[in-house]
Amino acid sequence: MMSKTWQKPLLAVLLVLAIAFPMVAANDYYIYVMSLAYIMAIAAVGLNLILGYTGQLNLAHAGFMAIGAYTVGILTVDYGVPYWVAFVIAGILSAVIGFFAGLLSLRLKGHFFSIFTLCVGFMIYLIIEKSDALTHGTVGIIDIPAPTGIGPIRFDNTWSQYYLVLFFLVVSLWLMSRIVHSLLGRAFVAIRNGEDLAETLGINLMRTKVLAFVLSTFYAGMAGALYAGFVRFIGPAMALESHTFDMIAFILVGGIGTLFGPLLGAILLTWLTQSLQFLQDFRMIVFGPLLILLVMYFPQGLIGYWRERQARRAAASMQDRRLQRSVIGSQQEVSTNA
Amino acid sequence: MLEIQGLTKRFGGLTAVRDVTTTFEKNRINAIIGPNGAGKTTFFNLVSGYHKPTSGRIIFDGQDVTGLRPDQVAKLGVARTFQSTTLFDKATVLDNLIVGHRLRTTSTFWDVVLNTKRLKEDEHRCRAKAEEVLDFVGLSSVAHHLAADISQEERKRVAFALALATDPKIVLLDEPAGGVNPEETLGLAELIRKMIRKGLTVCLIEHKMDMIMSLADKIVVLDHGEMIAEGTPAQIRSDQRVIEAYLGADYAAA
Repeated sequence: MMSKTWQKPLLAVLLVLAIAFPMVAANDYYIYVMSLAYIMAIAAVGLNLILGYTGQLNLAHAGFMAIGAYTVGILTVDYGVPYWVAFVIAGILSAVIGFFAGLLSLRLKGHFFSIFTLCVGFMIYLIIEKSDALTHGTVGIIDIPAPTGIGPIRFDNTWSQYYLVLFFLVVSLWLMSRIVHSLLGRAFVAIRNGEDLAETLGINLMRTKVLAFVLSTFYAGMAGALYAGFVRFIGPAMALESHTFDMIAFILVGGIGTLFGPLLGAILLTWLTQSLQFLQDFRMIVFGPLLILLVMYFPQGLIGYWRERQARRAAASMQDRRLQRSVIGSQQEVSTNA
Repeated sequence: MLEIQGLTKRFGGLTAVRDVTTTFEKNRINAIIGPNGAGKTTFFNLVSGYHKPTSGRIIFDGQDVTGLRPDQVAKLGVARTFQSTTLFDKATVLDNLIVGHRLRTTSTFWDVVLNTKRLKEDEHRCRAKAEEVLDFVGLSSVAHHLAADISQEERKRVAFALALATDPKIVLLDEPAGGVNPEETLGLAELIRKMIRKGLTVCLIEHKMDMIMSLADKIVVLDHGEMIAEGTPAQIRSDQRVIEAYLGADYAAA
């Protein structure tokens, strides 16, 4: 309750910082890395909906990101479809495939669901890798056009692309905030807490879970479509489960089931990876222990930890106020009795 | 209110509930007792739609609800509590209850995206309902506590509140007084009576005989899935089969 008063100013400050970032960044490469972190954050925000809020570990998430990216790649490069048309189709196609995959895989629960989606993800990878004629196979798709300009705005340099990605990140977070703070979001959380209880409360399990799944794959598809237009080269490896695990790491570091957790995790881990680049594969020696420490001391992630403290403080202050009131009340009683 | 006709549930070779026929009257407290493994919880699972019966029929309020899903049964007005309730520990008690009234609302995903008036009204109604049921179970004072910080007895009351938030006609309570002390048990029994005064029908599973005998209007006794007796507490207390199967000679004498 008390957090709401400074939440808006804080968000405004963060947004200003994000807008100012390219102006203070030392070179274009930093802007490029930050844009990539934002794109990964959009995908992770989507994964967080099904994993963090609804409690279903979908390991095919990178596969859906690849579907979005390949939709844009194939349509723009091989069929000359304008970028933005391909972009919209990418989101829709990911969601449609997500719908059928969700319908099938969500018949399973818990670990079985995760294992099944692991296979779904690998199937997406194999289909992309083996369908030479459609996806260019192992070679991947190169020379994907950058997003075409809208009106007077062009997206042909790192700066403008950064702002484009930032725009979609803000929209993604805004929509996710709507979803998770609504009755629908409460239904998702109820499923995470206990499927039996949620069902007893009249929540249609299958329909609600499929909705969360479809929304998350839509986010993945959009992130993939942005990625294709931004990096302009895609290969089948982006569908691999290791990619999903990266996103899970973002979510765990930032805070599972929190709105900004995936974003914070994506930014932190992307920069950490960048700054440890000189260690090459040995960076995992730094990375691994760091993650272990985090899971040990901040099992809810950074934002989760911070939010729990906030919630406790808020609850305590409510209690204090009530206590004071009752003390005053009893004093008055005493005085009237006297 | 609730009519059970020849209800049977088999899990492979095991018959958990065998040919049970009984009725639960409206606005009464009905109790199901029996030794562990008698099929009491399975019986609840059948009524609430969690398991599909092998045979038999369940008629609720004149409507055949056999084989419906739990969420469909809940919408018709059957609420239930579980032996243990998993709450979202990091949210407040009130926050945990708001979703309970979701099934009486109609807003969809598009209402959420467009932030329509219908969504706002629905959310307002759910919050009002949560406050109402919290007040009903006497927990308004812990509304803003984190669910992690409340006592076992308060947890039981929250479970009641969650069931009540669905606007039920009948409430199935699975061991409502399990794990709470005798004094708190009296308080929970009083709460159950309060639910009856409000016009609800209650059906509960419980092992605390003192509570059942003073509370129930009707008792159904299950043993190995079969109904071995039904009747008023006085009838049950003197029933020879019940004494042998469950109560024991000591209790009957007392």
